[in-house]
Amino acid sequence: MSEPFELELTVNGTPRTVRVAPLRRLLDVLREDLALTGTKEGCGEGECGACSVFVDGELVNSCLVAACQVEGCDVRTVEAPDLGNVQAAFLEEGGAQCGICTPGMVLAVQAFVDEWAARGREPDDVELRAALAGNLCRCTGYEKILASARTALRRARP
Amino acid sequence: MSAPRVTVPRSLDEALAALAGAAPETLLLAGGTDLMVEFESGRTAPRDVVSLWRLDELRGVRDEGGGLRMGALTTCADLLGSDLARARADVLVDAAAEVGAVQIQNRATVGGNLGTASPAADLNPVLLALGATVRLRSASGSRDLPVEEFLTGYRATARRPDELIESIAIPARPAGERRRFRKVGTRRAQSISKVVVALAATLADGRFTAVRAAAGSVAPTAVLLPSLAAELVGQPPDEARLDAAARRAARDDAAPIDDVRSTAAYRRLVLQRVLRTELGALAAGA
Repeated sequence: MSEPFELELTVNGTPRTVRVAPLRRLLDVLREDLALTGTKEGCGEGECGACSVFVDGELVNSCLVAACQVEGCDVRTVEAPDLGNVQAAFLEEGGAQCGICTPGMVLAVQAFVDEWAARGREPDDVELRAALAGNLCRCTGYEKILASARTALRRARP
Repeated sequence: MSAPRVTVPRSLDEALAALAGAAPETLLLAGGTDLMVEFESGRTAPRDVVSLWRLDELRGVRDEGGGLRMGALTTCADLLGSDLARARADVLVDAAAEVGAVQIQNRATVGGNLGTASPAADLNPVLLALGATVRLRSASGSRDLPVEEFLTGYRATARRPDELIESIAIPARPAGERRRFRKVGTRRAQSISKVVVALAATLADGRFTAVRAAAGSVAPTAVLLPSLAAELVGQPPDEARLDAAARRAARDDAAPIDDVRSTAAYRRLVLQRVLRTELGALAAGA
């Protein structure tokens, strides 16, 4: 297919169908075709993580994913209704400055929380920083972002 | 530029049928971490693309003769989560942990590293050092090639237009083989390599009996470093010998360039020093 095709996928729990070119970036499908502008474009080269979303539960850079690769997939963005605990942690800790990296950070922190909530020990600083290494903050507000991640993890634990 | 024709096969058989009459410049899309950047920048404007990402037949790792066979679409995250991969190919898992960050590790594949044949693809030097082979599959059959024969130059491979990479095999670890991996980038995580080094060697009775080493980002593609074996096999790992081997390999086996990430002179110097350090650690049994 070189022509646009009917892409069916689930976004934040809602089935959606959009007519798009097969190599259109998932980032553009979300922002332009579905008007979900929470997901941000930073570098557009897979370096900065601002466009991070979940595809079938895996954190990916949506600027590097083609529309033809997400047929039938379950996509979650910062607009997903179940990210409230992580978002509240960012609000409380002052984890956002200009806000461009924040949606991607929220999703990366959610992935970090999902991975660590069930473990019997605290991640050390290196493990926490490694979990967020794919997300750049040009305001350099990292300390408060790390504090947000720790707060979110603490709240997620049973 | 007209929009590329994109084929999305649903099975391996469909993919092989699609490739049977493929134009020579047809691009195979795996996880997209390299090609999607190429497409967006316009540096690569393909007429035909076949997206392989949904072919689950190309996923998974399994034992093969005491070694490891990996489907081409095995991701870095898959390697990091596999006890078998860790047991059979520890340095490959170490390398996978240094490919980008989690977002990239979830999409970057072993087959994609080989297929794009970027000089900076971090897994390729490890595959070379471990003596890996690439299984190419077409509608008319399959063939196995050593990685050093598969990688033919800058973003160039021996894959025919009708073939895809089906899987990659790492042979069983030779008794007593010691292995090292080291990546030098701009920062600890999420950087494109300046120099990558992978070593596999055995010693017996105080002498090297086998040495296989490779490097990335120091030549048009990942390369073996034959000078190391030439200098070291049959020799004891004394300081002067290791110095000489590292110096000769950096001088004779590498062909680095100046680019936005580094200079040729810096890369050659770092290659020599990293090789020397890693040889020392390997000889010490670390």
